[in-house]
Amino acid sequence: MTKRVLIAEDEESIVASLDFLMRQCGFDTRVARDGQLAIASLAEFRPDLVLLDLMLPRASGLEVCRAIRADASLASTRVLMLTAKGGTSDRANGLDAGADDYLTKPFSTRELVARAKALLEPA
Amino acid sequence: MLQGWLVVLASFGYIGLLFAIAWYADRRARAGRSMIASPVIYSLSLAVYATAWTFYGSVGRAAHDGVGFLPIYIGPTLMILLWGFVLRKMLRITRIARITSLADFAASRYGKSALLGGLVTVIAVIGILPYISLQLKAVSSSFEILLSYPEVVVPERGGSMPFLKVTALYVAMFMALFAIAFGTRQVDVGERHEGMVAAIAFESIVKLVSFLAVGIYVTFGLFDGFGDVFGRAAARPDLAKLMAPFATEGALANWAWMTVLSMFAIVFLPRQFQVAVIENVDERHLNTAVWLFPLYMLAINLFVLPIALGGLLTFSWGADADSFVLSLPMYHRQEALTLLVFVGGISAATGMVIVETVALSTMVCNDLVMPILLRWKRLDLARRADFTRLLLDIRRGAIVAILLLGYFYFIVAGEAYALVSIGLISFAAVAQFAPPLLIGLYWKGGSRNGALAGLLAGFSVWLYTLLLPAFARSGWLGMDLVEAGPLGIDWLRPTHLFGLAVLDPVTHSMIWSMIANVGAYLAVSLTGRQSVAERHQARLFVDVFREPGKRGTACRATASAGALQSLLSRFLGGERAADLFRAYARSRGVRSADELRGDPDLLAFAELQLAGTIGAASAHAMVATVAQEQAPGLDEVMTIIDEASQVIAYSHELEEKQRELEAATAGLKAANERLKELDRLKDDFISTVTHELRTPLTSIRAFSEILHDNADIDPAERHRFLGLIIKESERLTRLINQVLDLAKLESGLAEWQNAELDLNEIVADAVGSTSQLFKGRSVAIETEVAAALPPVSADRDRVMQVLLNLLSNAVKFSPAGTGRVRVRVEPEGNCVRVDVEDNGVGIEAAQQAAIFEKFRQVGDTLTHKPAGTGLGLAICRQIVMRLGGRLWVKSSPGAGSVFSFTLPLAPHSAAALAGE
Repeated sequence: MTKRVLIAEDEESIVASLDFLMRQCGFDTRVARDGQLAIASLAEFRPDLVLLDLMLPRASGLEVCRAIRADASLASTRVLMLTAKGGTSDRANGLDAGADDYLTKPFSTRELVARAKALLEPA
Repeated sequence: MLQGWLVVLASFGYIGLLFAIAWYADRRARAGRSMIASPVIYSLSLAVYATAWTFYGSVGRAAHDGVGFLPIYIGPTLMILLWGFVLRKMLRITRIARITSLADFAASRYGKSALLGGLVTVIAVIGILPYISLQLKAVSSSFEILLSYPEVVVPERGGSMPFLKVTALYVAMFMALFAIAFGTRQVDVGERHEGMVAAIAFESIVKLVSFLAVGIYVTFGLFDGFGDVFGRAAARPDLAKLMAPFATEGALANWAWMTVLSMFAIVFLPRQFQVAVIENVDERHLNTAVWLFPLYMLAINLFVLPIALGGLLTFSWGADADSFVLSLPMYHRQEALTLLVFVGGISAATGMVIVETVALSTMVCNDLVMPILLRWKRLDLARRADFTRLLLDIRRGAIVAILLLGYFYFIVAGEAYALVSIGLISFAAVAQFAPPLLIGLYWKGGSRNGALAGLLAGFSVWLYTLLLPAFARSGWLGMDLVEAGPLGIDWLRPTHLFGLAVLDPVTHSMIWSMIANVGAYLAVSLTGRQSVAERHQARLFVDVFREPGKRGTACRATASAGALQSLLSRFLGGERAADLFRAYARSRGVRSADELRGDPDLLAFAELQLAGTIGAASAHAMVATVAQEQAPGLDEVMTIIDEASQVIAYSHELEEKQRELEAATAGLKAANERLKELDRLKDDFISTVTHELRTPLTSIRAFSEILHDNADIDPAERHRFLGLIIKESERLTRLINQVLDLAKLESGLAEWQNAELDLNEIVADAVGSTSQLFKGRSVAIETEVAAALPPVSADRDRVMQVLLNLLSNAVKFSPAGTGRVRVRVEPEGNCVRVDVEDNGVGIEAAQQAAIFEKFRQVGDTLTHKPAGTGLGLAICRQIVMRLGGRLWVKSSPGAGSVFSFTLPLAPHSAAALAGE
């Protein structure tokens, strides 16, 4: 089954790079350029992995994360948070909110791919 | 055997022995093994009451008045036996108030009045002079008698002996020497003289032994016992009446008054006060004295009457009976006994003189001379480091002076009287101390002025009724005064005041002086007011036995607690004190502070609380005042109050400083808040900058890695990715530049190259540079320039920067296609103003200030994506500000915006403008 990856990011260039990387891995991708759109796509797209930027317009990454966790049908959905802020509190907040992993920008593409694959690996 | 030199040798030898005892006792005392810590020694020391008067004079009196000599000894016996509690009270007070003399006692009772102390001293000295002269007379006479052996000289009553005056002078001088040696070798704390007391106790034994010896000799040697003597006397009618008391008219009154007189004397004679009260080391010794002293009195008086009667039976009627104790054994050639008696007499006399003069000299020094000297500013005595020398010299001088005066009294008035009469005059003088001191011991209402009035009144009466007649009778004053009264007024006769005729002079004097004394004391005390110090001292004296904390009446306990609380509130403030007491009461399981008992715990608690404010020593003193255990002197209290008021003043200062401090703190807090705000903004700024920097970096890195790892990437994609790398690099560069620029501008480190600029030209330049932007969005751009535009002084590049920023904003926010941007330049006052107007969406009023802040744009940077770096306007504002102008915006939603800024004119054009 092809894994589905939702990319929630508003920076166009970053979207492009993430999209390329995920498609290269053979995943299906969907892009949401703001938080509300991202939440709306959840029910319909039913992603296996969400690449989530913390700083999104309209609804923040944390809110999207909580929305995912609140949805029982998305229990198997993994969340990988990406952010330019590197503070420990953000990391903690992210993990608290239910993220499975957390990467700071600028990230290494290899690392990103590795973690994404790991998260999508069947337990 | 009884040769002159032997007598003298024996005398000096005996004195030497006394001195040795005194010295030894002093040494023991210093080594801590006091000899006089014995109640027996204490009781024996009281027997210094028996002087040469007792030794010689009693017999003399008995020979004249029969048992009428007794009241003088009944008085003391009664005093000690029945009124020992009075003495006990005095002892307690003396110990607590650290009193050092009779004058000190009086002064202390009445508010530490130096005036009263001085008056008491003067009265004491004058009053005792007769007494001292009596000792001198007795010793000199006995010496003369002894010297004339084997010729038995029994002097005539009222007659004078040759050379007596000379002998008396020598005696006086030697006694002065002895007194100085015994009592003024050093100044002791508390005016104790342990050696002297030991010597006195010893000499009491010696005189008792010697008197008993002669008594036994006369009664059982010359006669066949008491029965024989009395029987033979009864056989002679002239002697018989001597044995019947109260035979004469007024005898009962005399007896009564004499008893009262001697009751006072046993306490208020300076030497008695000294040995009984000052020198006392243990209150409990009084318990022994109560029976031992009366026993002594009994023993020494046992043989007085037999000796008197024996003498009268042996010698002719007109003999001076004062000398019987000596002349009887001499007559019968009992040389050893005679010598013993003589030594006993010396003993009695010197004992009295030594103790009396030491006590008096202490009073003269402490209560008369020193207060005057200290107040005599010229001497500046208070600064003297070593007082001891001065004190000792004053005392020694006083001793010599007193003895000389005593001698003069003897010369002037002594010869005419029998010893007893002389002595009684002194008794009557010291009796004047009784009303103020005895009444004052039990009545708090007695005031200092009352005591002064009483003493003066009584003493004046004494002078008039006793001393004056004494001088008159000796021939120094005319007898008219005595016989006819002043100015011939009969009822003012000194010995028969107001017609009171039947009594002997002493009784007469006593009655009137006591009436005057007590009357004046009560009258002045009741009609006057007392000072705080007086009231306080009165309380201390009268209530000395009421201990605080005793579970007596509830009234007393609450008074203590209440007094403690008010004491605390004086120093800690009423509220605080109340709180403390309430808390204490609660901790004690007592419902309220009112029910607290003034027990030692409460006192300790109060003291502790107070110590925090005024220090431990002062706290203790203050609490002790309330607890009535110890009274600080008025000086101490004034010092404490002084210190306390200093503390209060200091704490007022502190309060003010505290207020200032609070104001400053408030200021600091506000500043801190602002700083925190700025800090937060800074954090925001930093986190935003971080974010802004990292974002382009992310794509640059990502694409670089992608291109690196995927060689066979689609060329179109490759092209696209490379393009993005370039774009993001530029973005990054731009951002870094802006951040740095802003930092430079804000820190004031930016370099400005100001020049005279023509704004028209710069605007045109800027418009030209941004023409591509406008074309790209199809937004129209217009320029309006004023004709004669004065030059401004500014940095060209910076002004360009501002214009470019404003123009690019205007393009961004103008609707594509229909957008129109207009640039206007015109002079305004001493500036030139530039407006950049657009017809875009406009800006809400609330946001208009925010957009000029860093990273602030329409919306919050944290939740919305800004359409730009957000730094542009902040930088523009900084630039314009630094150039001396202002940057602002006028806008309303839907109606476009106008961004305007001003720049100051170049100086000479400004001047030119002003000149126009």
